[in-house]
Amino acid sequence: MKGRKTLNKTSKNNFITMGGLLLVYVIVLILKEGGITTNLINGQLVPICAYMLMAISLNLTVGILGELSLGHAGFMSVGAFGGVLIGTLMQEVSDSKTLCLLVAVIGGGLLAALAGFLIGIPVLRLRGDYLAIVTLAFGQIIKSIVNILYVGLDADGLHVGFIEKPEILEDGKMIINGAMGATGIRKISTFTFAFVVLMLCLIVIYNLIQSRTGRAIMALRDNRIAAESVGINVTKYKLLVFAISAAMAGMAGTVFAFNYSTVTPTKFDFNTSILILVFVVLGGLGSMRGSLIAAALLTLLPELLREFSDYRMLVYAVVLILVMLGTNNAKIRNLVAAFISDIKSMFGGKKTKKEEKTNG
Amino acid sequence: MPFFTFLGNIHCHLRRNMIKLIGLSFITLEIEVQYMEFLSNVINGISLGSIYAIIALGYTMVYGIAKMLNFAHGDVIMVGAYVCFFMTSRYDMPAVVGILLSMFVCTVLGIVIERLAYKPLRQATSLAVLITAIGMSYFLQNAAQLLWTSNPKVFKSVVGDGGIQLTEGLYVSHVTLVTIAVCVVIMIALTIFTGKTKMGKAMRACSEDKGAAQLMGINVNTTISITFAIGSALAAIAGVLLCSAYPNLVPTTGSMPGIKAFTAAVFGGIGSIPGALIGGILLGIIEIFAKAYISTEISDAIVFAVLIVVLLVKPTGLLGKKISEKV
Amino acid sequence: MDKGKIHEVISESIIPARDKDKRPVLECSHLGITFGGLVAVDDFNLTVGPTEIAGLIGPNGAGKTTVFNLLTKVYQPTHGTIILDGQDTRGMNTMQVNKAGIARTFQNIRLFDKLTVEENVKIGLHNQIKCSTVSSILRLPSYWKTEKEAHEKALELLSIFDMQDMADYKAGSLPYGAQRRLEIVRALATNPKLLLLDEPAAGMNPSETAELMENIRKIRDTFQIAILLIEHDMNLVMGICEGIAVLNFGRIIAKGSPEEIQANPTVIEAYLGKKKED
Repeated sequence: MKGRKTLNKTSKNNFITMGGLLLVYVIVLILKEGGITTNLINGQLVPICAYMLMAISLNLTVGILGELSLGHAGFMSVGAFGGVLIGTLMQEVSDSKTLCLLVAVIGGGLLAALAGFLIGIPVLRLRGDYLAIVTLAFGQIIKSIVNILYVGLDADGLHVGFIEKPEILEDGKMIINGAMGATGIRKISTFTFAFVVLMLCLIVIYNLIQSRTGRAIMALRDNRIAAESVGINVTKYKLLVFAISAAMAGMAGTVFAFNYSTVTPTKFDFNTSILILVFVVLGGLGSMRGSLIAAALLTLLPELLREFSDYRMLVYAVVLILVMLGTNNAKIRNLVAAFISDIKSMFGGKKTKKEEKTNG
Repeated sequence: MPFFTFLGNIHCHLRRNMIKLIGLSFITLEIEVQYMEFLSNVINGISLGSIYAIIALGYTMVYGIAKMLNFAHGDVIMVGAYVCFFMTSRYDMPAVVGILLSMFVCTVLGIVIERLAYKPLRQATSLAVLITAIGMSYFLQNAAQLLWTSNPKVFKSVVGDGGIQLTEGLYVSHVTLVTIAVCVVIMIALTIFTGKTKMGKAMRACSEDKGAAQLMGINVNTTISITFAIGSALAAIAGVLLCSAYPNLVPTTGSMPGIKAFTAAVFGGIGSIPGALIGGILLGIIEIFAKAYISTEISDAIVFAVLIVVLLVKPTGLLGKKISEKV
Repeated sequence: MDKGKIHEVISESIIPARDKDKRPVLECSHLGITFGGLVAVDDFNLTVGPTEIAGLIGPNGAGKTTVFNLLTKVYQPTHGTIILDGQDTRGMNTMQVNKAGIARTFQNIRLFDKLTVEENVKIGLHNQIKCSTVSSILRLPSYWKTEKEAHEKALELLSIFDMQDMADYKAGSLPYGAQRRLEIVRALATNPKLLLLDEPAAGMNPSETAELMENIRKIRDTFQIAILLIEHDMNLVMGICEGIAVLNFGRIIAKGSPEEIQANPTVIEAYLGKKKED
């Protein structure tokens, strides 16, 4: 039957993406174990996984639900600092690194989901650019709050302070230290762990999209009024997407934070939110595969261009503008297409249809 | 918290007043000082708000006409400030020349940006335009970093360093007063321009309905270019004023004021010129008060929290038009 | 405007004889809405029987679509009550009204353009065939069962208009007439008691319209539901509607059978303008 075919086609595409991701993981792992990759690349593996996860989770909000979010890094921040806090507390109880990390990721994800839920509430009343500015504002608020948050741990337990540093005993330590961020983190994130989290989230997103819930969400995106008229609960599904998307960003944040010994709140500022949005838009709205590729390439590219460090961000900006112009302007798009077909005909020796027409 | 201490002080002193008559003069003085501090904060708030308002105008006018968020606007401010800095500090030109030249450079820059990056995307989705604008913002920041390095430049105020002692305990700097005056002049001029002149009317027509405006013989492309020109010239003025008040000039100087001014534009109702003024001034006052009475560190959080609350009560900003979808 | 003069009701009840003893599916009384100072709909009273095909006609701008928007709570009425199958819909929103039994189509088609025809219908089945988000994500057996069920049900519904072959096309790529039909199928998928059709024949040629008339009757007979439609095509309205209400300036100026409406001088006046006094 025809209907089965479409389902299979989409599923097939999803399996290709997941298989490709797995393949890349295995190759990278072999290269890494074989000592072929440089330290520079090895250090980037966990952040790349985290950014890929950020990109697909934002794509869920922007591409599938159709709401622009300019504060996605805020959730990453909640996940990072919440996760570090939980992970450090777990160390007191358990020696297993993986268990600590696992609990931290789940905790960080839950905290971020809560933040996402809170942002989701104003989202219900607002549309378009007004909504975008509220997400931006939330991102800034989260950054400011982390900036003044002090959490210390000593024999007496946890000490929390805002603006002013709480006094702790001598044997204690500060876990979150205001603008200096989280310090003294045990670097327990591994490439494999980050990959597993990414893969699981990707599967969750794919399964979500291809279900009754996913169809309801996309119906809201395509036509809200029509969706309501067929009995779809706008409130429920918008909040659900914001919470899931935030939870995944939070997990990405935790994985990211445990890759470094120090993480500052400025790591998750407005520019980071924008960077993730760029991944999503360049990769194609709604396309998880595109988001994954764009996130990986664009995280790696500036690192590889480090030799040209003065010019790399300038080149990055120019490339960004050119890609946007190239993919969104009909004239330029046609020009590029014609150019590509010219090259093809030059090498293949075959005349393309277009040329035949102009010749005849 | 200092704000509560402030209230507490008054309360406490009043009680003392009941017991000790001698204390009376002391209390009046205390309240007087608090009052002057309050007044000075209001004036500083209005001044900072004036800068936000001038920047917000650029956002709001462009949004009204092109329905796009010009993220590069904040960086045009930075360019304007650099031009003025080099003219006045390096080449010892008079401030007026510096300002005029920086306005000229920014106007040209604004038009060029619009023609090169935004015009080809007139038919594209708003998200594509937004990303392009972000790309343009990165470009300007990084170009500035290459040209002028990221070492902070100390901007020499264009109106001198002095100030006026209005009354005892109330000192207002020249920059503060000039900023407020400039903002008022710009607002009046813009209101007259959009209300009375042919070009201004064309702009309003384009913001209502581009297609209909075109059918009435209005050149939409020219109108959009002029909007960008005006917005960018205003950005230059804002840049000079901003750096006169806060003299630390780096390639990212424009980003945060840009975001704040954008917030102010949304606060007041994006697309509305009086909205930009009200939004800007309110944002400035809230920010200064949060800094003075609560905490410098979380003043930004307070500003944005107020914004969210306002948008929850009025989803299209203070003066924004209600959007209703036709079914 | 002299409201008293225009407000002339010929027949209060337009319910067909077979529905007389049954509880009406829709009872509107004194329904009205004002936008700012403008009274868009005023004192709208209408009763629709459980298997009736009723028509709502009137000149452009009379407030017909506004009535639909009031019934489906796209706008909240400023006054009056709507009783749906004995249940007051006061305080409900669009989603709840749909769950209670009203489904609609739109004058300016509102499909989920980027999704396929089948997915559009499956979205209509949202509250009929349920599967929780968790079992969807975990791909539990209930997911596969409900997906299969939804797929079969969607094709069955599409077959009403012979559209099962189009199931894989994107809804936005369909021709105009097919999009209108798909909207009807999607509305039917929500299992309504009352189906509101807003200009279902707009943009269709006479043969398509004739086919549509047949299908509307078929839908009523198969699903045993009431249909209220807005239409400018008088052949369609007079051909299939059992009761007709005429709206002008937001008020009902006449109600009755097609024959009564055609002979009504107030209706003729509303459509063609007033004769000059001799």
